[in-house]
Amino acid sequence: MSSPVLVVDNLATHFFTRDGVVKSVDGISFNVMPGEVLGLVGESGSGKSVTGFSIMGLIDPPGKIVSGSIRLNGEELVGRDDASMRKVRGKSLAMIFQDPMMTLNPVLRIDTQMMEAVQAHEAVSDKAARARSAAALAMVGIPAPEERLSAYPHQFSGGMRQRVAIAIALLHRPALIIADEPTTALDVTIQSQILSEVQRLCAESGTALVWITHDLAVVAGLADRVAVMYAGRIAEQGRVDDVLDRPLHPYTHGLIGSVPGAHLEGTRLHQIRGSTPSLGQLPPGCAFEPRCDRAGPACSTMPVISQASDGRAYRCFNPVPQQGVTA
Amino acid sequence: MLAFIIRRISQAFFVVVAMVVLVFFGTYVIGDPVWMMVPGDATQEQIEAVRRDFGFDQPVYVQFFKFLGDVLHGEFGRSYVHGSSAINLILDRMPATLELALAALILAVLIGIPLGLFAGLKPDHPASRSIMAVSILGFSLPTFWVGLMLIMLFSVMLGWLPATGRGPVVSIFGLETSMLSLEGWRHLFLPAINLALLKISLVIRLTRSGAREAALQDYVKFARAKGLSQQRIVGVHILKNILIPIVTVLGLEFGSLVAFSVVTETIFAWPGMGKLLLEAIQRLDRPLIVAYVMVVVLLFVTINLIVDILYSALDPRVRLTGTQS
Amino acid sequence: MSRVDLTPVAKPPTARPQGELRRFIQRFAEDRVALVGFGLLVLIILVAVLAPVIAPQNPYDLGKVDIMDSRQPPGVKAGDGFTMWLGSDGVGRDLVSGILYGLRISLMVGVISGVLAATLGLFLGLTAAYMGGRVETLIMRIVDLQLSLPSVLVALILVALLGKGVDKIILALVVVQWAYYARTVRGSALVERRKEYVEAARSLGLSHARTVFKHILPNCLAPVIVIATVQTAHAISLEATLSFLGVGLPQTEPSLGVLIANGFQYMLSGKYWISFFPGLALLLTIVAINLVGDRLRDVLNPRLEK
Repeated sequence: MSSPVLVVDNLATHFFTRDGVVKSVDGISFNVMPGEVLGLVGESGSGKSVTGFSIMGLIDPPGKIVSGSIRLNGEELVGRDDASMRKVRGKSLAMIFQDPMMTLNPVLRIDTQMMEAVQAHEAVSDKAARARSAAALAMVGIPAPEERLSAYPHQFSGGMRQRVAIAIALLHRPALIIADEPTTALDVTIQSQILSEVQRLCAESGTALVWITHDLAVVAGLADRVAVMYAGRIAEQGRVDDVLDRPLHPYTHGLIGSVPGAHLEGTRLHQIRGSTPSLGQLPPGCAFEPRCDRAGPACSTMPVISQASDGRAYRCFNPVPQQGVTA
Repeated sequence: MLAFIIRRISQAFFVVVAMVVLVFFGTYVIGDPVWMMVPGDATQEQIEAVRRDFGFDQPVYVQFFKFLGDVLHGEFGRSYVHGSSAINLILDRMPATLELALAALILAVLIGIPLGLFAGLKPDHPASRSIMAVSILGFSLPTFWVGLMLIMLFSVMLGWLPATGRGPVVSIFGLETSMLSLEGWRHLFLPAINLALLKISLVIRLTRSGAREAALQDYVKFARAKGLSQQRIVGVHILKNILIPIVTVLGLEFGSLVAFSVVTETIFAWPGMGKLLLEAIQRLDRPLIVAYVMVVVLLFVTINLIVDILYSALDPRVRLTGTQS
Repeated sequence: MSRVDLTPVAKPPTARPQGELRRFIQRFAEDRVALVGFGLLVLIILVAVLAPVIAPQNPYDLGKVDIMDSRQPPGVKAGDGFTMWLGSDGVGRDLVSGILYGLRISLMVGVISGVLAATLGLFLGLTAAYMGGRVETLIMRIVDLQLSLPSVLVALILVALLGKGVDKIILALVVVQWAYYARTVRGSALVERRKEYVEAARSLGLSHARTVFKHILPNCLAPVIVIATVQTAHAISLEATLSFLGVGLPQTEPSLGVLIANGFQYMLSGKYWISFFPGLALLLTIVAINLVGDRLRDVLNPRLEK
């Protein structure tokens, strides 16, 4: 088996605000294998986007990676200066953002924004850069790419703009793309088009993908493995079928229970009681404890990461009992 | 696009006509200009002769229509004081004023944009705080007093720069300018910086708020994710976005620079049309005042039109709506 | 609730505004710089008002002014024995006294023109918003025309037409300022007009005037106060500029601008103080007003347009 393209080891990213330290990401570890799709799932504020930006090295003050390691193809990214990080960003590590209406600069033409991305990493002529850009646009399914290159972003629809962003991310055939909820802002029909497009492209180019989302249905259809985040920690991670069919962590369990359609028709949707805790004042133990139906006395201390027999890792003292499988 | 320009021109026409009427009747109600033109011991016959000569003996409406006819021919009458064509006097002095205003605008951009960018991108840096404090002060400083202090400091105490006059000019394409020689710039610098002061503050504020807003935009983060250098992100992605409001505002402010040059030209004895206007006001030289106002109004209208076109050139979203319709 | 029972003489109508005023003062005082500006402004107004009492010399009283004292640098003792801390001007007037009296005139011109312009602007702005139709179009056309021309230019032309004198300067300053008030007032009045309570007031059969003055006007006051500070600072600066150019106040009404103009001719010979100190007083006044105005803008209406 080949070695992982991305290794995140015990990463912690904290924000030092005036009201105190916000531990947005606090000790998470996961690997991504070449060509693999990892779904990073969580509610807003769970730290999933901060994880993505930490990998990209785009955490700005007052935020800071306080500990841990991020290795891309074995090379350490944490602690690099901006100049050497810049050589990685957009080259072997790319990112797609949530709102395609906002990610493209409104006053620059598409060709400017694509060619600069090519030329940031390779000393090629304008002509060559333009040709590469056109090819990338064609690859993501934009008709008449040569002409569209001269257009401005506002002349594209939301779905088309996201395709442009994907084309930019793919320009240098990166080893890994981090996709931060790239379909959330799009219409449902466009969403599925983009999803299958990204899936196809990553499979073709062997690019690994970290797909950040709050939508379990997206993960179910797309990801090979999934990591569920809660309050800055990974509650549970493993193969997507295992986690979604037989969740171990009560939080995952609750999350799946609250998805419409996952239940028999006519039964009540399950709802996790309470609300997401403030990251500034987390309890010393399991952050989910106050909302958890299975919480016991042990839960007021931080659970260690346990390993299930199917290779899943989870952080819980009282995991949900498995039918037929021993935890 | 055509409809847009026609609408603009008709608006401009309204402004010009309104100003013609206002200025004529405004100047008519002020005192009899004859007294400014005749010697103190003039006889009644001499006075009457001057009156007839300038047409003051006619009824108001006759004078107005005669004036209107002259205006349509681009003629604003003879200056009472100088005796020559008022419009020519103004036009002769206009290049010096435009040069001063342009120099001030250039200084405002060259000083204001870098400072504003710095303050906007590093808001917590101590230097940014000083930049903002200075810009707030800049809004409060009375221009004319700063002019005096500049002369005091740089001409009288330090003796670095000349206090008055335009200095040597170089003729290029039939226009005379001080901008092409070092000595010319030495004369131009103090008045230009004086005139630019308020605009520097304005540009700093605009740039700073624009940069702060742009820096938080996703497209900046995406540009960083592409691996672009900081220079390219600031110099292309951020700057091009904030240039739009800056160009718009500065274009409109160019008119106010021309107006304020009355003050600066007087202090630095800069031979522009502002200084001429002030002399005309002090001597009640009616045709000269009228000619000045008309020239400036036309200038404003032209500037506004240019700004609109520039604005659409800079912002693709505007241009689209123009070309599609 | 029980406390209300214990004190049957309740006074709810006044209780709320008092609380609001206190909150407003607290919010204002949160900003140290603004507080300093406010203190400075109060001080400036005080010394201007008290000028006849505290000034060492009455600069209008020609009997007290000695030509032998002219153009003395700061700190020299005058013939009368008092020290001229800021020196003296070209005709021997003590500059401290000159500045105190000059402040009086500058502030008076600024405040009077501001109040008149605010009143005129309020009236026309409300009329435009309330009447709508042609009246509104006409008023707003004039406002646009006025605002498209730089105020210095308009003021210059006006004083050229009107001539010198305190009343003429005030008139010119009113003309250049009223449009700002009118535009602001119309803007807020239009917003208020669409709100339900105005509809309610009208459906109750209240007269037009009553609706405007009781309901719309009070809600336009916050932006007017903010504009008023900025505009008053502007008016003071403009008056000084005009007076400096020799087309504003006459020598008999020596405002700060006149004092600075008088010092101009001595400047090239290095006698900086005659222009410098009056200018500094002018600067401090404008800065103080602007600091207060900035804070008022933040406190009263954070989203107020410029």
